[in-house]
Amino acid sequence: MTSPANPSPMNRTEIADLYFLEHRARLLDLAAFLDRYDRADDDTGTDDFRLTALRNAIALLIDGSGDRTARVLDLMSDHSTEPIDQAGMKGACGTPPPGTG
Amino acid sequence: MKYIDPHIHMVSRTTDDYRRMALAGCVAITEPAFWAGFDRSSPQGFLDYYRQLTDTEPRRAAQYGIRHHCWICVNPKEAEDAGFAREVMSLIPEFLQKENVLGVGEIGLNKNSRNELVILEEHLALAEQHDQLVLVHTPHLEDKLKGTRLIMDAIKANTSLDPGRVLIDHVEEHTVREVLDRGFWAGMTLYPDTKCTPQRAADIIEMHGTERLWMNSAGDWGDSDPLAVPKAIVEMRRRGHDTASIEQVSWGNPVAFLGQCPRFDAGE
Ligand SMILES: [Zn+2]
Repeated sequence: MTSPANPSPMNRTEIADLYFLEHRARLLDLAAFLDRYDRADDDTGTDDFRLTALRNAIALLIDGSGDRTARVLDLMSDHSTEPIDQAGMKGACGTPPPGTG
Repeated sequence: MKYIDPHIHMVSRTTDDYRRMALAGCVAITEPAFWAGFDRSSPQGFLDYYRQLTDTEPRRAAQYGIRHHCWICVNPKEAEDAGFAREVMSLIPEFLQKENVLGVGEIGLNKNSRNELVILEEHLALAEQHDQLVLVHTPHLEDKLKGTRLIMDAIKANTSLDPGRVLIDHVEEHTVREVLDRGFWAGMTLYPDTKCTPQRAADIIEMHGTERLWMNSAGDWGDSDPLAVPKAIVEMRRRGHDTASIEQVSWGNPVAFLGQCPRFDAGE
């Protein structure tokens, strides 16, 4: 983990005091989302590529290394380097669809 | 605390937003030309949009004591049809003369396609020719990392533009370091679901410092928040950051970058 250029004036206890409940709620939202997905009718027989990416990203959160945000974003990025032939759609999925790059 | 929102699409916002922004301390904004949520059907549609940006919107903003500036271009989402984009681009030089225009933007890439890249390069050449500042849009989500690199490579390889006169917008944790290391300015966009939240923007400032970095709401017709900048200011303040660093990212840096264009007026 690179050292901060402009460190937070807060210590760990203060950060936990300020943010814990908010992120506990977000964790429960994430858990509920995964349960909701599992409960739903399995219309394709395969894990949706976005859910696969999410599970891989969750593993990264508890691997003991830092720079988690950048690493999650990297995991959910297209790592090819050449321009594509044509823009087929305008939007993006949030993580590379199968066959990207 | 007075602040500047250097990227917001006010043509999509209401007068209530102007009022609330003014109450929160906003004194100046810059509005890049962008996609309307649908493709315009003719160059005339763009002409009318440019008139709105250079004539109507500054007058609307002035009613709330906010100085309005803009950037002109064909946005990357409408650049896939290169012939059409070139037709529209022929209208741009006339608007670069208008008194609230700061430069060319927001140009860049959307899906990282060949035609988008060609039209980006033609916009960069236009900026160079007319000695303009450049505001760059980087792609969304999974396309951002690749697009940010393609854009910076195109600027370095094919132009003599000074990176100190180019702001690369919508940076996140995986792109900000590279953008700053290559000498560009970097913008963080504060969005509810995509890009950065006010909390993550404060984290990025902690990690990467306050040099050449600004924050904007990029408020538009989609899920966005015209008060995102003051919310990030509050976030930094409640963490105990000093006034000097808060002022630098919300005021000093926008003034320094935008002030390279003599037409920029923060009302100081
Ligand atoms: Zn924008």
